[in-house]
Amino acid sequence: MSLLAVLQPGGSAATALYIVAFSMFIIGIKRGTHPSSAKQGNMIAAGGMLVAVATTLLLNGIGNWGLIGLGIAVGAAIGAIASFRVQMTAMPQMVALYNGVGGGAVALIAWSELRHGISVGGAIPLETLIPTLFAAVVGSVSFWGSNIAFGKLQEVIPTKPLKVPGQQAINALLLIGILVACVDIALNNSGPSQGIFIAILVAAALLGNLVVLPIGGADMPVVISLLNACTGLSAAAAGFALDNVALIVAGTLVGSSGTILTMEMATAMNRSVANVLFAGFGGAPAAGAARGEERPVTSIGAQDAAIKLAYADSVVIVPGYGLAVAQAQHAVKEMANELEKRGIEVNYAIHPVAGRMPGHMNVLLAEADVPYEQLKEMEEINPEMPRIGVAVVIGANDVTNPAAKNDPNSPIAGMPIIEVSEAQQVIVIKRSLSPGFAGIDNDLFYEPNTSMLFGDAKKAASEIAAEIQNL
Amino acid sequence: MSLMTEIAIFVLAAFVGFEVISKVPTTLHTPLMSQTNAIHGIVMLGGLIVVGYANDPLEYVIGTMAIAFGTINIVGGFLVTDRMLGMFSKKPKAKPAAASAPAQVKDSDLDSPELPRPGAADDK
Repeated sequence: MSLLAVLQPGGSAATALYIVAFSMFIIGIKRGTHPSSAKQGNMIAAGGMLVAVATTLLLNGIGNWGLIGLGIAVGAAIGAIASFRVQMTAMPQMVALYNGVGGGAVALIAWSELRHGISVGGAIPLETLIPTLFAAVVGSVSFWGSNIAFGKLQEVIPTKPLKVPGQQAINALLLIGILVACVDIALNNSGPSQGIFIAILVAAALLGNLVVLPIGGADMPVVISLLNACTGLSAAAAGFALDNVALIVAGTLVGSSGTILTMEMATAMNRSVANVLFAGFGGAPAAGAARGEERPVTSIGAQDAAIKLAYADSVVIVPGYGLAVAQAQHAVKEMANELEKRGIEVNYAIHPVAGRMPGHMNVLLAEADVPYEQLKEMEEINPEMPRIGVAVVIGANDVTNPAAKNDPNSPIAGMPIIEVSEAQQVIVIKRSLSPGFAGIDNDLFYEPNTSMLFGDAKKAASEIAAEIQNL
Repeated sequence: MSLMTEIAIFVLAAFVGFEVISKVPTTLHTPLMSQTNAIHGIVMLGGLIVVGYANDPLEYVIGTMAIAFGTINIVGGFLVTDRMLGMFSKKPKAKPAAASAPAQVKDSDLDSPELPRPGAADDK
C-alpha cells in the first residue's frame, strides 16, 4: 500500500490535482449550457470527478481498502443499473433520488466527523464544528425531502398537498429546536454529546418530511432543484470541516448554480420560491365551485379528429406529462408524419414546465426523433396561435388552462400558458375530464371550439394516424 | 488552509457558479440540473477520507455507507445526464433525413454505430 500512498493530505501535489478536478467541473458546467457542447461538458465533469477520487485514494495513510472497494462497487452497481433501467419519463424522480443519497452521504460524513473530533479529544475547533453541524442538518433535510419528492413523483405518496394542522408552527419549532441544539453542541465543544447530535439528525429528517409533504406534485421540480442546491451547499460545508478544497469548490458551484436554476423554474410558473414552499397550493380551491355544475363538452372520435386534422393548414401539438406517461411520443410522431405527408405544417408547442421539469418534454420528444426545429417555445408559438388550424393538446392540462389568464381568483392565475384557445379549433386528447396536477378544473374543455377525444394518448394518436392514412 | 482562505475560495466559487450558469436554454435545464447533481456527489471523497483513516466498527459502517451513497450519486448522475444528452446530440444528423423521408429516420438513427445509447433498446 505504501507504493500507492504518494500524496500528502493537504500537500501541494494533492491540492494541485484537486484544482485540476474543479477546473474540469467549471468547464463541464459551462459546456453544459450549450446544446452542441453539453454532452462533452458532462464527460469533462465526469473526468474531473475521476481525478478527484483518484487523488483522494492516493493520499498518504488511506487504508481499509476492502471497505472502500465494497462501498464503491455497491454504489457504482446500483447507480449504473438504475440509470440504464430508468425510463425517460421517470427522469425527475431519478434526479431526486440521486440528490437524496448525496444528501444522505453528507449527513453520514458529518456524523463521522463529529465522532472523529470526540475521539481525538480536546475541544473541537468551531471552524470545524460549525460546518459539521450545518452539513448534518442540511444533508439530513435534503435526504428526506428528496425521498418524499421521489415518492410524490412516483405516486407512491399522494401527489396532493398533505397538510398537518399548525404546519408552519411545527416547522418553526423544529427549526428553533435544531438551532438551539446546535448552539448547545458548539458551546460544549470540548465534549459534545453524540445523543444531541443524533437528535439533531432526526429533527432535521422530520423537518425535511414536513416541508416537502404539503407541496403539490406540480411544484416538485422547483423543490428538487432547491434541494439540489442545498445538497451542494452542505457538501461545501463538509469541505470546510474536512479542509478539502475540491469539496468546497464543487459544492459551492452546485449551490449557486442550483439556486439560479431554481429561480428560473419558479419564474416559469410565475411563482416565487417562497410561495412554492409555503403556499401548499393545489387540490382544494377550484374543485368545489367547478364540480357543482355539469358543463357540456363536445366529445369526438378518432375519425372526426383525423378529418379535422387532415384539412387544416397547420397543426400545433401541445404535449404534456400525460403523453409521457402513456409512452405516446412515438405514436404522436407517426401521426405528425401522416400529416406532413399531406403537406400540413406540424409544430410542437413546449411549455417551459411541460413534463415535470423544464426541458423534460424536449428530452422525451427527442427520444421519438422529433426534429429540433419543430419544437417551439411558448413565447414563440403564442402570437401565431390565431393562424393555427388545429391545436392538439395531448395529456397536457394546467399549462393550457385559460383561467390562468382570465380568472384572477384561480390558484394558477398569472401562470404563463400556451394559448390554445386562440387557435381556430382545439382537440384535447385526455383520459377523462379529471383535473390536472394542480388539482383544478380546466375551462378549455368547455370552450365552444374545443373537442374532447377521450382515451389513452398512445392509442388515440395511433388511431388518428391510421384514420388519416385511410382518408 | 486557513479559514479565511477557505471563505475566499467559497465566495469566489459562488460567483463562478452564478456566472457560468446564466442564460441556459430551457431545453437543457433538466440535463444541467442532473449534471450539477452528479457533481455534488463529490462528498464521496469525504467518505473515502473517513473510511481511509477510520479505526472503529461504527465508523466503518457509516463511512462505507457514505461512500456507497456518494458513488450512486456520482455514477448514476453522470450516466443519466449522458443518456438525456445523447438524445439531443443526434439532432444535427436527423435534420436532413427528416426533411426528405420522415418515416425512415427512426430506424436508421437507432442503428448508427457511433451513438452507443443505453436507452436505445426501450425506444422501439
